[in-house]
Amino acid sequence: MTKPTPGTFLDPETLPFPFCPGCGHGTILEKLDEALVRRGSDPKRLVIVTDIGCAGLSDRHFTTNAFHGLHGRSVTYATGLKLADPGLDVVVLMGDGGCGIGGHHLINAARRNIGITVIVFNNLNYGMTGGEHSVSTPPGAITATTPLGQLERPMDICATVGVNGASFVARSSTFEPDLADVFVQALENPGFSLVDTWELCTAYFAPANRLNRSAIGEVQEALGMPGGVLHHAPRGEYAATYRESAASQGRLAPRQGSPLESTYGHQLEAPIRLLLAGAAGKKTVSAAGALARAGIRSGLFVTQRDDYPVTVKTGHVLSQLILSPREILYSGVPTPDVAIVLFPEGLAKARGNLAAMAPGATVYLESSLPEIETRASVIPLDLQGLPGWERKKEFWALIALGRLLRDTPILSLEALVESIGGEGDLAQRQRGAVGAGASLT
Amino acid sequence: MREFIDGAEAISRAAIRAGCNFFAGYPITPATPILLHLTRDLPRVGGVAIQAEDEIAAMGMRIGAAMAGSRVMTATSGPGISLYSENIGLAIMGEVPMVIVDAQRMGPATGAATTTAQGDVQFLRWGTSGGYPVIVLSPWSVASCFTLTLRAFDLAERFRTPVFLATDKEMVLGRTTVPVEDLVEIPVRERRMAPPDGTFIPYPEDAPLGVPEMAVMGGPHIVRFTTSSHDARGHLTKAPAAVGALNERLTRKIEDHLEEIEWVREDLEPDADTLVVSYGTTARASREAVEAARGAGHRVSHLIVESIWPVPEAAILRAAEGVQQVLVPELNTGQYRREVERVMGGQAAVVGVNRVDGELITPLEILEAGGLS
Repeated sequence: MTKPTPGTFLDPETLPFPFCPGCGHGTILEKLDEALVRRGSDPKRLVIVTDIGCAGLSDRHFTTNAFHGLHGRSVTYATGLKLADPGLDVVVLMGDGGCGIGGHHLINAARRNIGITVIVFNNLNYGMTGGEHSVSTPPGAITATTPLGQLERPMDICATVGVNGASFVARSSTFEPDLADVFVQALENPGFSLVDTWELCTAYFAPANRLNRSAIGEVQEALGMPGGVLHHAPRGEYAATYRESAASQGRLAPRQGSPLESTYGHQLEAPIRLLLAGAAGKKTVSAAGALARAGIRSGLFVTQRDDYPVTVKTGHVLSQLILSPREILYSGVPTPDVAIVLFPEGLAKARGNLAAMAPGATVYLESSLPEIETRASVIPLDLQGLPGWERKKEFWALIALGRLLRDTPILSLEALVESIGGEGDLAQRQRGAVGAGASLT
Repeated sequence: MREFIDGAEAISRAAIRAGCNFFAGYPITPATPILLHLTRDLPRVGGVAIQAEDEIAAMGMRIGAAMAGSRVMTATSGPGISLYSENIGLAIMGEVPMVIVDAQRMGPATGAATTTAQGDVQFLRWGTSGGYPVIVLSPWSVASCFTLTLRAFDLAERFRTPVFLATDKEMVLGRTTVPVEDLVEIPVRERRMAPPDGTFIPYPEDAPLGVPEMAVMGGPHIVRFTTSSHDARGHLTKAPAAVGALNERLTRKIEDHLEEIEWVREDLEPDADTLVVSYGTTARASREAVEAARGAGHRVSHLIVESIWPVPEAAILRAAEGVQQVLVPELNTGQYRREVERVMGGQAAVVGVNRVDGELITPLEILEAGGLS
């Protein structure tokens, strides 16, 4: 690996640059080198991330760390590097093409104010692939893919990142004498910095559109995209702020397992498949979970599968449980042995399962629901006629489970009661619901 | 003692055990619970978890973080793998260790977000340009979600490559009873780092085991990383000798070490007529079917493939010795059956058992397909 040369971050062995005569890329790299030297950057703590395009040829000329990635994604690699090691200096070199395909990343890097410095090599077209138009091509310009003249409005790269939270934004060109000063300012800003650096593509854009040094300023003026430092408003840098926020949480442990001890017995010889057909907001999944934990506390193996719409506060909830004295392999419940149907939403979804149930199976059906088609025996549950708080629908699933355990002693009521977590009135009533179910007439 | 957990929790806890300290992801059903778990827990262990603006950014951030020394993971579903595609190629090219969890759901396209499937099996292997190999592990139980996550991190370090964990909605979101002793911890190798002094060559052709030692960007060496074909120093090159050497090494570093990757569960019967080759969720119904068939007097062997890519050809041939038929149940239209047919080379009938309606394959369907009912 080439050793750094004093006074420069460029590798003399790789020079001259491979760019076309008159191309601005070499100027940008020389000014960047000057800025890095002035700042006294440590090459080992600096990563130059390059995008695709002619600007992507830049990194090999530097004696720093170099990361050459995919088109438009350079900002994402830079973000990962900075998040992993907030003390790194990370500089992104990308073209106007990269700002198009990767515009989403620019906006979000600005929103985060992630501490990277983006230098845009803005030559108003795709120089590497043959002079096609880019997001920065001015109106009317002739390019390989705009033979009628550019009809799209150019993106104001500086305004885009500026309005979305970038803390340092400047527009300049390779003809501005203070370009290295602007780069130094950008590098010194701890948050997200971007310098939109206009230049000539002497292979395609400049000759096709008679663009030259003096015309660059005129185009910028005409578009209302003036040069200079446009925005400088330091605020918290993301990688540092993330770590401060994490530290301020105090010492919390990551989630550990919470194994259950089998302290109760059970009376199950063969697996039992249970379908609980409920509705959103009626504590169906949590009741099924309590029964599952009760099963494990009773020495059983249990699986639980839940189904509900993506709009979680509405519609059906189906919980399928298998309780078995042996390890459960196939976890499907196409034909339940027991179904508990409490609400119209769950009934609508479970009709197929109910119709498929065998004659020896049992359906507990809330008594206000319409008749169902099934060969299973149907036991009505009069839950609306209960006195007091038990009438509330969020207790019905536990009441029904209490009733089930009275009729079919799979496991003890105590195991289910112990498996209802939480403190306070609600938890107290939930535990009471099991007993209320067991004494249903 | 037994736990009641789903695959998402098993994978997330194993990731932290494996030393994962960087997660970047994007919400997608059914992989979101892993994002939520690690978003909460990684900062507690000094790591970083971030919700990126999209899957492309998530993948890019992970590659960057890995090159700065992090141990990285993500979790997504098929549509997210589609967006990872180009960067998967970059991770192969730059030899970036990472673990990618694919909680498969029904496709194509948005498909059915909460419906299980195994439709990404070939996609994971061939999901980026160039056709270079990756490693794909497929857990078949919540307990194996835990162990195979550790193994995925281990193999990612050993081979400096993306390692996929091909799981599915059923496994990730279905809660089940797991005896704590089944959550088997296996060691995870440390990253092989270049010595801090001396000259660092990022991609030497003669790297021991075919895998170059790494150096961290920001550490004692200057590091060059590139998406382009490169020489040993990490410089872009088109020289056929250098390009050929690199590309052949990217293949050989995996394919010359199949015995280190092969991971199967053999439940073989001498003189079996039938072999069931299964993987992932479908292995569970397969085990039940095999037990039932044996109970009915049939001679059946069962091979659960936990390392589905590269295909453990030797293990399949060993298990299939002398059988008349091989059953391959899977929740797709026959993606792995294609591999089993290729390996068998006509030595036995290869019969698919397939469903793509979102329901699990039942043990009875497997028995019927094999004439074992």
